[in-house]
Amino acid sequence: MSAAEEAALATHRRIMLQGLVRTVGMLPVLVILCILIHLLTIYVTGDGRFLTAQNLSIVAQQAAINTVLAAGMTFVILTGGIDLSVGSILAASAMVAVIASQDFGVFGVPAAMATGLFFGLLNGALIAFVRLPPFIVTLGSLTAVRGIARLLGNDTTVFNPELPFAFIGNGSLVIIPGILSIPWLAVIAVAVILASWFILRRTVLGVHIYAVGGNADAARLSGIKVWAVLLFVYAVSGLLAGLGGAMSAARLYAANGLQLGQSYELDAIAAVILGGTSFVGGIGSIWGTLIGALIIAVLSNGLILLGVSDIWQFIIKGLVIIGAVALDRFRLQGSART
Amino acid sequence: MSSPEPILEMRAISKTFPGVKALNDVQLTIYPGEIHALMGENGAGKSTLMKVLSGAYQADPGGEIRIDGEPVVIDGPLAAKAYGIAIIYQELALAPNLTVAENIHLGMEIGRRGMIDRQAMAEGCGEILKRLGATFGPRTLVADLSIAERQLVEIARAVHAKSRILVMDEPTTALSSRETDRLFALVRQLRAEGLAIIYISHRMAEVYELSDRVSVLRDGTYVGTLGRDEIRPETIVRMMVGRDLSSFYKKDHVPGVRNAPVLEVRDVGDGTRVKDCSFTLHAGEVLGLAGLVGAGRTELARLVYGADTRTSGEIVVAGKPADIRRPQDAIDAGLVYLTEDRKAQGLFLDMTVAENLNLGVIGRDARAGVLNRGKGRWRAARAIKSLAIRVASPEVTVGSLSGGNQQKVLLSRLLETEPKVLILDEPTRGVDIGAKSEIYRIIDQLAKTGVGILVISSELPEIVGIADRVLVMREGEIAGEVGGETGYAITQENIIALATGVDRSLMAAE
Repeated sequence: MSAAEEAALATHRRIMLQGLVRTVGMLPVLVILCILIHLLTIYVTGDGRFLTAQNLSIVAQQAAINTVLAAGMTFVILTGGIDLSVGSILAASAMVAVIASQDFGVFGVPAAMATGLFFGLLNGALIAFVRLPPFIVTLGSLTAVRGIARLLGNDTTVFNPELPFAFIGNGSLVIIPGILSIPWLAVIAVAVILASWFILRRTVLGVHIYAVGGNADAARLSGIKVWAVLLFVYAVSGLLAGLGGAMSAARLYAANGLQLGQSYELDAIAAVILGGTSFVGGIGSIWGTLIGALIIAVLSNGLILLGVSDIWQFIIKGLVIIGAVALDRFRLQGSART
Repeated sequence: MSSPEPILEMRAISKTFPGVKALNDVQLTIYPGEIHALMGENGAGKSTLMKVLSGAYQADPGGEIRIDGEPVVIDGPLAAKAYGIAIIYQELALAPNLTVAENIHLGMEIGRRGMIDRQAMAEGCGEILKRLGATFGPRTLVADLSIAERQLVEIARAVHAKSRILVMDEPTTALSSRETDRLFALVRQLRAEGLAIIYISHRMAEVYELSDRVSVLRDGTYVGTLGRDEIRPETIVRMMVGRDLSSFYKKDHVPGVRNAPVLEVRDVGDGTRVKDCSFTLHAGEVLGLAGLVGAGRTELARLVYGADTRTSGEIVVAGKPADIRRPQDAIDAGLVYLTEDRKAQGLFLDMTVAENLNLGVIGRDARAGVLNRGKGRWRAARAIKSLAIRVASPEVTVGSLSGGNQQKVLLSRLLETEPKVLILDEPTRGVDIGAKSEIYRIIDQLAKTGVGILVISSELPEIVGIADRVLVMREGEIAGEVGGETGYAITQENIIALATGVDRSLMAAE
């Protein structure tokens, strides 16, 4: 083999390795975090409470709604945008889900998704056609949609003890009776991740999303309908926030326009960023987002198991997010552009 | 007129960038009280030389800069300022949201304990503004001023900073003829006050009218300096061009000047920078579009492609009127455009070679919106082979490639759409010599297969070498044409004559 061929092969290997590092991303952090928390629970309480089938099922359930929101957020951030309104849209959609379920039963779920889609399209239209900055538009709808959510229930909590789709929030898909079952919430989250992966990596639209985020000018010059891409990503984010609303309603048999989904957008953004998606757009993967969402859920669950107070949970979570991203930057230094 | 002691001497200045020698042993001598024109083609090294003078670039070791006979080291903009050097760039460097006085004092505000003293600042520069003939006061907001007035603010800033060497880079590009006259009067006034003015311009008439001496650069080397009574347009043109063409440019295709038209552009304009341009491009023809930087070549191309909004005119592609409003319309009609700035406007640097290559056709190849990955891989392999793109794998990111290979990736994205008309804007900019000749070969091959190609280039030898016919733009209009059936030969002299507005009688016939 000639020296040139060898060099070419070495480059090829290096590129493949970089690609792997980028895809796997934060997985090692997640694994270490799980082991660490498990060991700490042994140390603090005497027996390992974290890595048990029951607890992992709870973690999956807790991670599910944030994963769904973060999947939508991934689409948006890949185009270089941001969606601050997902928490409010989730609240409004949950209100619609519960109210609609009182008369129309399971149709509460599609009603919630339609509500989310509507607000998402509204965000998208303002950003794509009126060309307002995404931060401003979604900051506005963060506030306005929160108001609408409160308006929907006359600022009260709405209940439906007979909620026909409550199994989504509390039931499990039994795979091997008595041994393995997966919460429906987690099943939905995985389905959303798989669908997102398919769109991002296997469709024309997915390539266009990366292209718009990578270089909007070049995208326009190469004939990509940038407005359509922007409209789509905000619509998806809204739709998934609507789905999150239905999931949340199903879990609680109730919805409250004021409290539900408060600051959920921040957890969703944190999951995307932990997953290695670039804030300026164009770089990132849905698998990273899944891992990011799991890190957040594991951390919350672990700190509760360890009996850490609510106040310290916030502080630790914040520091871990900053630390993990700093670690990521450090690790990818030299190979990554921002 | 010139005093015997030069104010500025630059000797043996060289500047090497990775892979390019931008300046090679250049010299320049400037006397106080003279207007010294610096001329040369685009890319001749004028800007680089001025950046060395202003401290933006460091010259290679071995060169020397003397001011008032003393050797000096200019290691940054602050040092340049301390030696009394001021540069007024084409894109003015003013903060439009601040007042005239604040801009003049930028970086040397008057104040006490961090509090700014606006009164003192306004008084300090009011007198200078008056002396320079300004009709606005120091408290006017720069945003409210015209381009000419902003230029005056820049000049006032230089005077206020007690500059003795003033460099003006194409100062009249955006001015009307009355504003130009006023600027000339001001420049002469500054000369009378003893300033040395280095005046960069492409416009022969201005240089002829204004300058005391002219120095010419070509390909990063110093050609010579003409005294006042030696300045003649044809002498300058010869000095600017004067080199032989190598066999670098291959022309294998039969010039398609008489073939059927594939692109007809009629009275296209945008109301500002491009005025009623009309031309016809034939199948299998390589049509050059020459002109100085700022003449409106890229702007015209972008209007035709639908990247910018055209306010007048019609476009006919392959005999069919094309209602081109956005790039997608042009692509659908079979017209594609290679941008002059491939990194900012062409490529997706974080995406792979294969993705970049396929971007124009993934929609066509897809089934129900789902990518046809097999076809994509096949296209990538084919393009990499046929354009000899040197990559380790089609899965590497485009950002990791050399300029020449990046350009080939971008070009093959356009070619995958099988266009009838190809507009290439500076196709060999930032590309090494080997890739250059390969790109010429590709252009020649495409012309052979009947594609109509419009090539915009600032490199005259390139245009002369590859084009069958050349359009020349000046100030937003098509000033003329050489080659084809015009009777004028395609020579650098003829093109420069049209681009700078020299009398046509000086142009050489075929």
